[in-house]
Amino acid sequence: MTVDSASPAPIDAVPLRHPWRWLAAVVIIVLVALFVYGAATNAAYGWSTYREYIFDQRISEAAWNTVQLTFWAMVLGVLLGVLLAIMRLSPNPVFTSVAWVYLWIFRGTPVYVQLVFWGLFPTLYQHLQLGVPFGPSFFHVDLQGLSISFILAAVGLGLNEAAYMAEIIRAGINSVPEGQFEASTALGMSWWMTMRRTVLPQAMRVIIPPTGNEVISMLKTTSLVTAVPYSLELYGRARDISGVIFKPIPLLLVAATWYLAITSVLMVGQYYLERYFSRGISRKLTSKQLEALAAAQTGAAHP
Amino acid sequence: MTAPMVLAEAVCKNFGALKVLKGVTLHVQKGEVLVIVGPSGSGKSTFLRCINHLDNISAGRLYVDGRLVGYREARGKLHELPPRDAAKQRRDVGMVFQHFNLFPHRTALENIVEAPIHVKKVKHGRAEARARELLDQVGLSDKAAAYPAQLSGGQQQRVAIARALAMDPKLILFDEPTSALDPELVGEVLAVMKKLAGEGMTMLVVTHEMGFAREVADQLVFMDGGVIVESGHPRDVLSDPQHERTKAFLSKLL
Repeated sequence: MTVDSASPAPIDAVPLRHPWRWLAAVVIIVLVALFVYGAATNAAYGWSTYREYIFDQRISEAAWNTVQLTFWAMVLGVLLGVLLAIMRLSPNPVFTSVAWVYLWIFRGTPVYVQLVFWGLFPTLYQHLQLGVPFGPSFFHVDLQGLSISFILAAVGLGLNEAAYMAEIIRAGINSVPEGQFEASTALGMSWWMTMRRTVLPQAMRVIIPPTGNEVISMLKTTSLVTAVPYSLELYGRARDISGVIFKPIPLLLVAATWYLAITSVLMVGQYYLERYFSRGISRKLTSKQLEALAAAQTGAAHP
Repeated sequence: MTAPMVLAEAVCKNFGALKVLKGVTLHVQKGEVLVIVGPSGSGKSTFLRCINHLDNISAGRLYVDGRLVGYREARGKLHELPPRDAAKQRRDVGMVFQHFNLFPHRTALENIVEAPIHVKKVKHGRAEARARELLDQVGLSDKAAAYPAQLSGGQQQRVAIARALAMDPKLILFDEPTSALDPELVGEVLAVMKKLAGEGMTMLVVTHEMGFAREVADQLVFMDGGVIVESGHPRDVLSDPQHERTKAFLSKLL
C-alpha cells in the first residue's frame, strides 16, 4: 500500500492513562450512593409525605405567588435602580445626594428589618390621599381596611433591591468608554438618545450577569416576607402545612425542590440574554454571518 | 463674499487654571482643506472639539457657517444654547476620531444608518440605500454586516468616515484619523480623505501626515503652546518655515 505524501497517516498513539481520576470518581460515587441509600431508607425524611405534597395545589399556587412576588419586586427594583443610577451620575448635586442617601439607608439596614417596617406601614399612615394640601382631596384609600400584604411585601423587597440594582447599573454605564458618548454627541444625538441607543445597550453586557444573580437571590429572599407578614408564598405555605401535620422535613424538601426548579429555568433565560447582549464583542463570526459567507461561496445570490 | 465655513476669533479655552488655547484666529472657506500640525499638548485636538462644541470656549468667538457655536447672542450678551439646539448644530459638523469610536454593538451598516434614522428621521429604506452607497465609496461594500471588532483599524476608520458622511455635514473634523493605525493601513484611510477633498468637502484635519498635508491642504497651520505659530500654504510652510519652533518640529518629523 502506498502512502499519499500530501496527507500523512493520522497519529495512532496510546493515550495517557489517568488512574487517579478513576479512583476519585469511584470514591465519590460510593459516598453518594451511601448517602442516597441512607436518605431513602431513613423514615425521618418522610418521602411518602414529600410525594404527597410536591404537586399539591396549595404548594404550586404558593410557588406561583413566589414567582409573582419576585417579578414585581425586580420590576420595581430595576426601574428605581435605573433612576437612582442616572441620578447618581447626573451633574445635579441635589439628585446625587438624594440617590446617595437612599443607597445609604436601604443598603445599610437588613432587608428583614425593612420588611417588618413595611408591614407596620398601615399603622404609621392609616390612609393615603391625593389632593391639594389643606384643600380638596381627589383620591382616598384607607390602608388599614385593605389586605395589602402582597403589595407591601413586593414594595419592601423592590425598594431594597433598587439600592443594589442602582450600583450594578452605575457600574455598567461607567464601563462604556467615553468615546462612545463623544461619537454619539458629535452625531447630534441628545443625552437621552445617547443613553438609550448607545450607552445602555453596551452597559447591558456588564449589567445582565449580576442582575441574573439578583433575580435568583430575590427568588430566595421572598421567603423572608413572613416578616410583613405575608405567608402565601412558597416557604410560608410549606411551613404552614408542616405546622398542621407536624412533618417539617418533607415540606422543607418540597419547597427546596420548587425553588431549585424555578432557579434552573431562570438560569436558562440568563444564558440567552447574555448571548444577545454580547453581540459584536468577539471577532468570531456569528452563525448567521457564517451562513451568509457560505452562501456567497457556493455562488448563491447576495441578498 | 460669503461667510467662511469656520471663523475663529481669538478663541481661548481654559480647563480650570490650565490655559490650553490662548487666542486662535483663523478662517476656513467652503471647500477648503485646513491641516493643523503641532506637538502633542499644543491644543490642536481641543480646538477641533470646540468647533463641534464638545468643549465650550472660554473667550473669543467661534462661528460655523456664520453661526455662533454653542451660544446665542441677544442684547449684547451671550446665552448658552439649550442642549437641543446645540445637538442640532452638531448635526452639520461631522467628526472622525483617532480611536474610531464606532458603536461596537452595531454592524458597519447599522453604525452608518444610526444617526440619519434616529436624529434626522430619515426613512429606513432610504438611509440604508445611502449607507450602502457610502460603504461602496469607502471601498467596503462587502463589510456591511460585519461588526467593528471584525474589521481592521483602517476599515473601521473608513466606516467611521462613512458614518460622518451619512449626516451630509457641511464640514468634517478629523482628529488624528491615522495615528492609531498600523503604517500599512494609513494609506487606505488617506486615500478616502483625498477623494473627499477632491469632491469639495470642507475639512479640518489634525494629522502628522506631512505628505497628505503637502498634497491636499489649502492651508497649513502650525500650533504650539495654544497659539498659531505659523500658517500659510503647505508648500511654503513645509519647505521654508519662518519660525524657529516650526523648523524644530518639522525637522523631527521628516
